[in-house]
Amino acid sequence: MRLEFRNIHKTFGQVHANNDVSFVVEAGTIHGLLGENGAGKSTLVKMLTGFISRDSGEILFDDKPVLIRTPVDGIRQGVGMLHQDPLDFPALTVLENFRAMAGGRWYTAADLRKLAAEFNFDLDPEEQAGNLTVGERQQIELLRLLALGVRTLVLDEPTTGISAHQKDQLFAAMRTLAGQGKSVIFVSHKLEDVEEVCDYATVMRRGGVVGSLPVAKGDDTLAARLVDMMFGRELALPSKPLTTTPTPALVLEDVVLEDERLSIHVPKFIAPCGEVIGLAGLEGSGQRLFILACAGVQAPSRGQIHLRAVNLTHKPYAAYQDAGVCYVPADRMREGLVPGLTIQEHVALRDGSGEFFLNTTAMQQGAERAIAEYKIRGTPTSFVERLSGGNQQRTQLALMPPDLKLILMEHPTRGLDIDSTIWIWKLLIDRCAQGATIMFASSDLDEIVQYSDRVLVFSGGQVSEPISTQGLTADRLGEMIGGKF
Amino acid sequence: MKLNRSVQVTQLVSLLIAAVLIVLVILPTGQSPVTVIGTMIDGAFGSWDLVARALTTLAPVLLCAAGLAFTFSSGLYNLGVEGQVLAGAIATTALVRALFPDGGQAAVSPALIMALGIVAGMLGGLLWGLLAGLLHVYGRISEIFAGLGLNFVAQGLAIFLIFGPWKRAGVASMSGTALFDESVWLPVLGITELSPVALVLAGVALIVALIVLRNTYFGLRLRAVGHSLRSSFILGIPATQHLLSAFAICGAFAGLAGATQALAIFHRLIPGISSNLGYLGLLVAMLANYNPIWLLPIAAFFSVLNIGALKLPSELKVESSLAGVIQGLLVLAVLLSRGVSKRAK
Ligand SMILES: Nc1ncnc2c1ncn2[C@@H]1O[C@H](COP(=O)(O)OP(=O)(O)OP(=O)(O)O)[C@@H](O)[C@H]1O
Ligand SMILES: [Mg+2]
Repeated sequence: MRLEFRNIHKTFGQVHANNDVSFVVEAGTIHGLLGENGAGKSTLVKMLTGFISRDSGEILFDDKPVLIRTPVDGIRQGVGMLHQDPLDFPALTVLENFRAMAGGRWYTAADLRKLAAEFNFDLDPEEQAGNLTVGERQQIELLRLLALGVRTLVLDEPTTGISAHQKDQLFAAMRTLAGQGKSVIFVSHKLEDVEEVCDYATVMRRGGVVGSLPVAKGDDTLAARLVDMMFGRELALPSKPLTTTPTPALVLEDVVLEDERLSIHVPKFIAPCGEVIGLAGLEGSGQRLFILACAGVQAPSRGQIHLRAVNLTHKPYAAYQDAGVCYVPADRMREGLVPGLTIQEHVALRDGSGEFFLNTTAMQQGAERAIAEYKIRGTPTSFVERLSGGNQQRTQLALMPPDLKLILMEHPTRGLDIDSTIWIWKLLIDRCAQGATIMFASSDLDEIVQYSDRVLVFSGGQVSEPISTQGLTADRLGEMIGGKF
Repeated sequence: MKLNRSVQVTQLVSLLIAAVLIVLVILPTGQSPVTVIGTMIDGAFGSWDLVARALTTLAPVLLCAAGLAFTFSSGLYNLGVEGQVLAGAIATTALVRALFPDGGQAAVSPALIMALGIVAGMLGGLLWGLLAGLLHVYGRISEIFAGLGLNFVAQGLAIFLIFGPWKRAGVASMSGTALFDESVWLPVLGITELSPVALVLAGVALIVALIVLRNTYFGLRLRAVGHSLRSSFILGIPATQHLLSAFAICGAFAGLAGATQALAIFHRLIPGISSNLGYLGLLVAMLANYNPIWLLPIAAFFSVLNIGALKLPSELKVESSLAGVIQGLLVLAVLLSRGVSKRAK
C-alpha cells in the first residue's frame, strides 16, 4: 500500500511536534524514519496509527485520503504498529494470547505454527507468555498484526532489547513483507540497522522533514550524510581512556542470585574504582538480578557485598544509596521516573533536604540547570510522561546525584539518538575518571565492546569470568552469548 | 490550568446526562423537578438555622475529606475512614467517662476534659488508621479490605461497649451510652447543633491538607508514592513510612470528626455516630481528585444537598433519600467524564 503524508501539523501546547510533514512511502518498500530525540517521529507514527489525532494535514493510502480515529480504526484500514513491549496476558499461553488478540477466527496451534514458520520464528504455542523474551513477544505481536490483515506496518525503535538473532529474524520478516507489496515504516536511531534493512530514509528535525533519500547498499557516504541531516554536523566517537585504578571498589564473595527461573553463583568478583564493566547476555539471563543485587534493591540469597571496604551485606537499599550507589533502571516510566510529576518535582525529590517547605525557586533553578546541562527538550513544569523517549532518558540521567561510587545501569542509552549517546558516555567516562565504577547491561554489543574495560557474559544460568575488551569484537561477544565461552 | 476543549465538552456532556437522569428520577414522584430542587434549596438556605444545619454536616465531612486527601494522594483508597470516625468517638467517650464518671464528679475542669476529649478522639482515629496501614503494608491486605474489615470491628466494639461495660444504668439499648454531663458538651450556636469548634477544626484541617500536599517535601513525596510506588522506592523515598503516615493523618482527621460528633452533637456514644459521614467524605475526596482546592466547594455542595432534602417529605411527600440518588448520579457523571477524557489522552 502506498502511503503519503501531506502537510501534517501537530502541536502539544507550545511544542510544534510536527510542522508541515510531507513525504511518501512507496508500496513494497521499507522506509527508515530518523531524527534526534524529540524530532517528532513517534508523534507522526502515532497519528498514522490512530493513537493521537492530527491538527491538520492529510494522510493518503493509495492516493485516497483516510481518517483514522483510533488504533482499532487503523487496523481496520490496514495500518498497525508493533509495540516494543506489547500488552499481553502473562498467565496465558502464547496461543491463548494470540486467540484473544487476533480475533476474527479460532486459531489452532497448527495455524499459529504455520504462521510462525513463514517467518522462521520458533514460537511454542503452549509456552506461557510470561516466560517469553521481549523479542519473542514482538514476534507474536507481528504475527497478530499480520493475521489482522495489516498492509502498512510501523515499528518504533523495535531493535532495543532483542538479541542479534532475533533482530536478524525481524529484518528478514520485514523484507518478506515488503516483498509482498506491504509498506513498512521503521523508526530507529541505529544507522547500521537503517543501512541494513531500509530502501529509503527520511530524516526529521525539530518537527519538520529535512529530506528523504534512497538507501543504496554499500554506500560509504550514507551514514555521514544522514548524521549531517540529523544534527547539522559531524560526530566523532569518543575514545575510552583507561580510567581503571588498582583500588578495589565493589567486592562480591560467594554470591548466589536467584529468581523463579534462574540461580546464578558468583564465587568472587572484584570491580576496581574507575572501571566500566559491561554485562552482556540475552535479556533475562541474570544481568538484571546481578544489577539489582549490587544496587541493594533485591538482596542475594547468599553471599557478601562490600563497596570500598564498607560491608553492605543484608543492608537496606538506603544504606547502598548512602554509600554512593546509584541505580538507573531500564523501565523509565515504571521504575526510574514518577509519571504524574514534573521535572522540577523530580529534582526536588532528589535534593529533598531536611527542609519542610518546598523551595520552588531552588526547584525551578535546579530543573533549569538539569535541562540546560542535559539538553532536555522540556520545561521545569513538563510532566515526565509527556517527554519524548530520549528526553525521559536524559531526565533520568540528569537526576543522578554527584559524587557516586558505583553506577548501575540497564540500557543506559536505549532510545537516545547518536549525538546524545556519545555525549552521555562522555559524562559517564568523566565520572569514572573521578573514581566511580560503572556496571551496565546492554543489548547493544557494539556499545559494550566500545565502552567497557571488562565484560561479564551471562549465558545458560552462568556468569563468565571477567573478559577484557582488548581485542574483543562484537561478533566474538555474540558467540559467547550463544554459549561458547 | 488550561483545559483542553474536548475535555470540557465531555465534562459538560456528562453533567447534562446526569441532569437528565436526575429529572428522570424525580418525575415518578409526581412533582416537577423545579419544585423539588426549589424545595431543597429552600430546605438548606431558607433560614439561618437551616444554614447552620448544613454547616453542622459540613464540618465532619470536610475533616474526613481533608484526611482522605492524604491517602488519595498516596494512591490509597482508605475505605476505613468510617471506622476511624467511630474509633475517634469511642476514644473521646472513653476519656470523658474516665475523667467524668457517670453520676460522679469531674476530675479536672470541664474545659480541659473537652480539650483532652478532642485529643483522645484524634489519637483513637490515628491508631485505627495506622492499624489499617499496618495490615496493608505488612499484612499485604488490600487497603480497601483492611479498611472495611476494621469498620466492622469498630462497629462491633462500639456495640459491645454500649451493651457491656458502658451500658446505661438500668437499660442497655442501641440508643447509646448515658449522656455526658452537660458541662462537657461542646458549645453550639443558639438552638442549632453547629459547634464553632468543629467548624474551626475543619477549616484548619483543610488548610493543613492544602499546604502540606502542595507546598512541602512530605506532600511531594506522598504524591510520588501515590503515582508510582516502585519508582519512588528506587528514587530513595521510604515508601512504607509515607504510606503509614498517610493512614495515620487520615485517621487522625477522621478521629477529630468522631470527637466532635460525640462532644457537640450526640453527647454520648451511639453505634451510628458517624452516620456515613466518612463515606460522604470519601466521595468528596474522590471528586476533588488530588486537588484539595476542590474539597471545600464539593463538601459544601453535598452538605447542602443532604440537608435540603430533609425538607422533601414534609413539603412534598417525597422521600429524602432522593438526595442520595442525586448525589450518586453526580458522582458517577464526574467519574465517567474523567474516565472518558483519560482514555482520549
Ligand atoms: N502528549 C504530549 N504532550 C506534550 N508534549 C508532547 C506529547 N507527546 C510528545 N510531546 C512533545 O513533542 C515532541 C516530539 O515528541 P516525539 O515523541 O514525537 O519525539 P521522537 O522523535 O519520537 O523522539 P525520541 O527519539 O526521543 O523518541 C517532544 O518535544 C515532546 O516533548
Ligand atoms: Mg519516540
